[in-house]
Amino acid sequence: MSLSVSLRHRLGDFALDLAFEAPDGVTVLFGRSGSGKTSVINAVAGLMQPDAGRIAVAGRVLFDSAAGVSVPVHRRRLGYVFQEGRLFPHLTVRQNLIYARRVQGLGPDNAALDRVVALLGLESLLDRQPAALSGGEAQRVAIGRALLSDPVMLLMDEPLAALDGARKAEILPYLERLRREAGVPILYVSHNMAEVARLATHVVAMEGGRVTQAGPAEAMLADPGLVRVMGLRDAGAVLQARVLRHAEDGVSDLQVSGGVLCLPLVDAPVGTDLRVRILAQDVMLATERPRNISALNILPVTVLALRRGDGPGVIVQVQAGDDLLLARITRRSADALGLRPGGTCFAVLKSVAVAPTDIGLGLQS
Amino acid sequence: MEFLGPDAWQAVALSLKVAFWATLAALPFGLGTAYLLARGRFPGRSLLNGLVHLPLILPPVVTGYLLLLTFGRRGPVGQLLEEWFGIVLAFRWTGAALAAAIMAFPLMVRAMRLAIEAVDPKLEAAAATLGASKLRVFATVTLPLIAPGVIAGAVLAFAKAMGEFGATITFVSNIPGETQTVPSAIYAFLQVPGGEDTALRLVLVSVAVAMLALALSEWLARRVARRIAGR
Repeated sequence: MSLSVSLRHRLGDFALDLAFEAPDGVTVLFGRSGSGKTSVINAVAGLMQPDAGRIAVAGRVLFDSAAGVSVPVHRRRLGYVFQEGRLFPHLTVRQNLIYARRVQGLGPDNAALDRVVALLGLESLLDRQPAALSGGEAQRVAIGRALLSDPVMLLMDEPLAALDGARKAEILPYLERLRREAGVPILYVSHNMAEVARLATHVVAMEGGRVTQAGPAEAMLADPGLVRVMGLRDAGAVLQARVLRHAEDGVSDLQVSGGVLCLPLVDAPVGTDLRVRILAQDVMLATERPRNISALNILPVTVLALRRGDGPGVIVQVQAGDDLLLARITRRSADALGLRPGGTCFAVLKSVAVAPTDIGLGLQS
Repeated sequence: MEFLGPDAWQAVALSLKVAFWATLAALPFGLGTAYLLARGRFPGRSLLNGLVHLPLILPPVVTGYLLLLTFGRRGPVGQLLEEWFGIVLAFRWTGAALAAAIMAFPLMVRAMRLAIEAVDPKLEAAAATLGASKLRVFATVTLPLIAPGVIAGAVLAFAKAMGEFGATITFVSNIPGETQTVPSAIYAFLQVPGGEDTALRLVLVSVAVAMLALALSEWLARRVARRIAGR
């Protein structure tokens, strides 16, 4: 495990009492605002001292109240990317990037600098002052600055929350490259489902200062029990897909384990591994294969579970090949179709329902 | 006729010397005190705050007399300084510098404290996560960001030290060439018949020095601020 955390802390009326472990890859601490996510990441960074607990990163104990250990912030070797960038306003972008090596008394490492600059596309920004950067640019510099401190783990506290939709979409591909190329495990705080679906390899769900559930991203995102936390309209599972071909009519064919998925032209070369988020509310279910229907995607699936909520809706978990999907339908439909676990049916998905921002790079590509 | 006689020039030179050393010597203590008051959470913080501001509130004569009691040759601190280090402050220009520094201290601390309070502690936290120890955070983030405030505080202190009169004359008297600063000299010239002319010229000199110092600090502070804002 790259990170193991157990801690207890009291902040006025709010109590934090949790334990979780994070493997390599991107572990997303997920929960609504006020669930204690930022407190956890601050405790890991050493910016907040928990009342009790133990925190270890890559086998090194950073905090252990029983043993009286608390490594000071500047010796923890964790790169922290904050929500608001926090670039040093009196330094240029280049000086911000090399700040960590400078204050640690290390000589310049131009190879590492060049690598990070290329990874994050910072070439044209190096001589600028932070005040002259856009929000997205500043956040890319902040990520680079954290990476260049040669951290054993990256901590990111909603690094995209302060950006608008277009800026977010601009940074997400860089974060995907980071996941693949940097080789540093990441602890990522977010309450945005689209980000979680794009980036997470592991999800830790938090509620009211506690961990309610944790596991691999695919299983967590397809768990009907977590829909309440994810939000009804934001719930959706992710499919592993590979680009088969781009047809001339502007539709791309993607191979998924349960068949072929047709989506509006996908901006990725043939052979690319992708991760596609399918929102539960965009999936229809039919007990017979529909004919003469405009939706291009009809996948045979097996019903695994149904979860009835308090309202008129039902969340149905189905299996398509090796992948899991969620479908949100009404109780009336579920009863009319006679859906029950173990039964087979067809999942129907409009091609245009999948937004470009819901298509990200797969873990392998 | 020359603009100023040798006595008057001597007073100007001495004032500059006293104000310069008073400012320089007070700077590290002022910065430390400002930091403690801005960021420190310790018992006795309000007491320290009150103590720092005391010279601003007390009549200068009282401050001068207290200095004489403490740092005079018979005073507890004065005696120790003389026995251990051979330093005598009473009736010396160094004593004038001490009096000026004490009187200027609250102004200096105030300006620096405001600057430190304006620095976002989140930037310092970010520096710590990048591997900077507390001292390095201060040197590489806090200090550059508060530089305009430090300059402003130093200039205020310098101006105050140039003009200090009450505490100085009480503590170190009015000895030409040793402790007779510009204000003391103006006072002395006003006591003798026909001295008004020289006194007026000294007034002009002190106004010029004050304006120059102010202009210099404005220019420095603007330069630093521009560098920080990145324009």
